[in-house]
Amino acid sequence: MPLPDGESLPGEIFEESAVLTVSDLSRMFAVDERHIVELVEEGVLSVIEVHTTEWRFSGAALRRVRIALRLERDLGINLPGVALALELLEELAQLRRERKVERS
Amino acid sequence: MEFKDYYKVMGVARDATEAQIKQAYRKLARKYHPDVSKEKDAEARFKDLGEAYEVLRSPEKRAAYDQLGTGPRAGEQFRPPPDWGSGFEFSGAGPGAGDADYSDFFESLFGAAGRGSARRGRHGFDTGRGEDHHAKVLLDLEATLHGGSRSFTLRVPEIDAEGRVATKERVLNVQVPKGILPGQTIRLAGQGAPGHGAPGHGAPGQGAAGPGAPGDLYIEVEFQPHPLYRIDDRDVYLDLPVAPWEAALGATVKTPTPTGAVDLKIPPGAHAGSKLRLKSRGIPASPPGDFYVVLQIALPAAGDDKAKAAYRAMADALPFNPRASLGV
Repeated sequence: MPLPDGESLPGEIFEESAVLTVSDLSRMFAVDERHIVELVEEGVLSVIEVHTTEWRFSGAALRRVRIALRLERDLGINLPGVALALELLEELAQLRRERKVERS
Repeated sequence: MEFKDYYKVMGVARDATEAQIKQAYRKLARKYHPDVSKEKDAEARFKDLGEAYEVLRSPEKRAAYDQLGTGPRAGEQFRPPPDWGSGFEFSGAGPGAGDADYSDFFESLFGAAGRGSARRGRHGFDTGRGEDHHAKVLLDLEATLHGGSRSFTLRVPEIDAEGRVATKERVLNVQVPKGILPGQTIRLAGQGAPGHGAPGHGAPGQGAAGPGAPGDLYIEVEFQPHPLYRIDDRDVYLDLPVAPWEAALGATVKTPTPTGAVDLKIPPGAHAGSKLRLKSRGIPASPPGDFYVVLQIALPAAGDDKAKAAYRAMADALPFNPRASLGV
């Protein structure tokens, strides 16, 4: 139901603006920083900036961390398995997109 | 209230072993996990599954649940017996952790406190800042097309003074950013859990993220099914019925799009399933998605003699075997 715009909280698309650190992701998902580092080491997450002593991630990392943690928790997959699942899911999405373009 | 047959949900026998239950859960969880599945009702199935597993994996909850028997017959309302559940103690962490949203049936049996304990704890932070919360909402397509305010009702588990967990409803009015895509996130600063420690505890000038400050709320967005349109990432799809002659001969027809009706040119020789693309008329993200029209051939009814004659004339005039490719 649309509401008048007057008394509502301004929302923004988080993925488009955010630059995140290991401690940001660790806090957001209430997991140990070590766990976020493991996601990077496993190739689940990629670092966009290495210019300082601290790793930086784009806002899109949020979705990957969210899915990775859910797959770990709900399906009991270990990190290499999560990395594989995410790669296969991306490949599947890519194939679906290509098929869509070919057919149109 | 609807009785839930947890054994049926998991597809196991009532005397299934713990190992069989775990195996069934894993198998179905892979099939219906919302991050993996393309099944239409994956979200709901996965929720039911998590709830069933939460009960059947715990010997205490399972024993209590088994006392109910096989439930009322179809159509009968379920009420737990008055003395039900006495003598049982429920414990253990659930598979769905803190964000699980269980059915009324579950809550009437085990109470909100029966849910698995949330992933709580300080995880090495000692800043006094409140925890971040996560939620998921279903938006209408119009919200991302035009932006605008929407009201979300979120269910928040809260721990009271005695340590019991209760679910509280919270209504938030949020300005939805135009062009948001399924799977993206809206962040609401300061709308997570309250900070630890007394207000004003932190030194002045520390800003919103300082010690004692509330956490943030992250809202993951998905879209409700739309009566006309389907959404795939940033693209929007419409099934458009056309008459056989419009498809065969080409035509210009009025078609709805998310941004208003347009005149759409159908090329001659179009067939059922033909896709026409209207560039950049999908979700207004950057880059914007496309709008696809998928043609469906609609047949006029042969209702009266005149219509029947028209069909017969067509049959006489056109040597056409629609089953030629089947070899018959």
